[in-house]
Amino acid sequence: MNIDVNKVASLARIRLTDAESAELGPQLSNILSYIDKLQQVDTAGVDATAHPHDAAMPLRPDVVTNANRREALLSNAPNIDSGLFVVPKVIE
Amino acid sequence: MAYSTLHQLADKLDSGDTTAAALAQAFLDRANAHNGDLNAFVELDAESILAQAEASDAHRQAHGARPLEGLPIAIKDIFCTSHGRTQCCSNILRDFHAPYDAHVITRLREAGAILFGKTNMDEFAMGSSNETSAFGPCRNPWDRERIPGGSSGGSAAAVAAALAPAALGTDTGGSIRQPAALNGIVGLKPTYGRVSRRGIIAFASSLDQAGPMTRDVCDAALLASIMSGHDAADATSVANAPAVNWLTSCLRRDLTGIRIGRPKEYFVAGMDAEVRARVEEALSTCAELGAEIIDISLPHTEYAVAAYYVIAPSEASANLSRYDGVRFGHRCDNPDDLLDMYTRSRDEGFGIEVKRRILTGIFALSSGYYDAYYKKAQQVRTLIRQDFAEAFAKVDLIATPTSPVTAVKLGENRDDPITMYLSDIYTIAVNLAGLPGLSQPCGLANGLPVGLQWIAPAWREDQLLGAAAAYEAATAWHQQRPAAFDDANQGGVA
Repeated sequence: MNIDVNKVASLARIRLTDAESAELGPQLSNILSYIDKLQQVDTAGVDATAHPHDAAMPLRPDVVTNANRREALLSNAPNIDSGLFVVPKVIE
Repeated sequence: MAYSTLHQLADKLDSGDTTAAALAQAFLDRANAHNGDLNAFVELDAESILAQAEASDAHRQAHGARPLEGLPIAIKDIFCTSHGRTQCCSNILRDFHAPYDAHVITRLREAGAILFGKTNMDEFAMGSSNETSAFGPCRNPWDRERIPGGSSGGSAAAVAAALAPAALGTDTGGSIRQPAALNGIVGLKPTYGRVSRRGIIAFASSLDQAGPMTRDVCDAALLASIMSGHDAADATSVANAPAVNWLTSCLRRDLTGIRIGRPKEYFVAGMDAEVRARVEEALSTCAELGAEIIDISLPHTEYAVAAYYVIAPSEASANLSRYDGVRFGHRCDNPDDLLDMYTRSRDEGFGIEVKRRILTGIFALSSGYYDAYYKKAQQVRTLIRQDFAEAFAKVDLIATPTSPVTAVKLGENRDDPITMYLSDIYTIAVNLAGLPGLSQPCGLANGLPVGLQWIAPAWREDQLLGAAAAYEAATAWHQQRPAAFDDANQGGVA
């Protein structure tokens, strides 16, 4: 299969260098060729497994459990101002 | 005695032969002396370790000993710890300080354990050799030209070289069991849902499970007993999981009445002849201990790796979308705009294997390919679960090799992702089915450790531990040590 690796990378929000595209393109094709082995399996009428156990998702009471941890949660941010995350301008 | 088990160290602490502070210092001395050779630890904060140890000694004096009182446990760099850095061996998380402890870390602290450094790993746990770490590869103590396996390679090497008596790992497709096998130690992956994933940096959420890496089976049971249990903050942690008598399970000494399945698909061409011989010998020993060895079939085995390399990268591509340079992690310099910031930060921050997996996952989930890849893989996952269910109608346990080969040389698989992916062929199906698995030493092949893997039905860790303990008691393979680190006559640890 021929993969447009730059298109996939743009969906992944990763800008590949030319060298990375040259390396990853053929590798991705090889990986997908290997994965194509799955097409040999007859799965007609077989349910999909998304999770190993069939347990229903539990619900919890809708109550506040965490104290305000704003400082701790902002402390790893690359750029903050007045308690907010700063990013490049989005709207002109 | 650096090569003591947790149980032996606990006895020394209980009898007053040593203190937590003396023990911590002794392992710090060993780790500092040998880490340059192995690169097993990526973080080792002596001040914090000694402070924890002194607090543990004070707790013992005032209130008595808790289950892990004063025992140093090395922590894979994937577990969030509120003290020190948690970097998942990735540049995108360089210098990240987690704002909270993982649930498992809280349980260890409450049990009196000393958090003993952060261990090296494949970046985001994606790899089987520890070579994808942003902090350089870890090396195998049995032969430093060889890989320790992965992704929990640093944890395995640290225990094998006795830089720590035990360690935590995580296992998404074999990342506890395979490095345990390649380093000659015990590694346990519990049933999916047994151990909370909260605060463990996510790779593939329907597969990830944390577990112990130890010197013997009983130590694995001890650590697992503390790590396990429901956590309301992890929706996939199972609330009413069947309980296990962890420590009493390890008292079994014969295998009378135990039916062990030997899957024909796991003993095939491509595996190292010496590895095969060691595993066959282990099965003979089990038969001598009273077990009945029964040939079984797991017919969808050959599709497990392909299903895994759709499901795990798909989940990873979603989990790793959070690394966008906004709230934490690496941000590129001087971004032109938001898109430039996302794309350049992620290119600079992620290593090549992580990119390979994200791209594979994004492709499998993309419009037009979802049914052919992701849905198909999930259906094959169902067939793999059914294979195990049918097998466990006939047998109590399944025994296989953990890895088809012993530790390969550094760089041997670096340019060939498929060969590296295939090295997990015996461990991956266990994660897809959510079952518990354990690897234990069963001899040497060409001077390198070989692992015997046990697989049990969901929630039957007692069966794994019982069989492994009986085998361990009948053999001496778990006492094998890498010669370069077995410096008993140099004094060493108390």
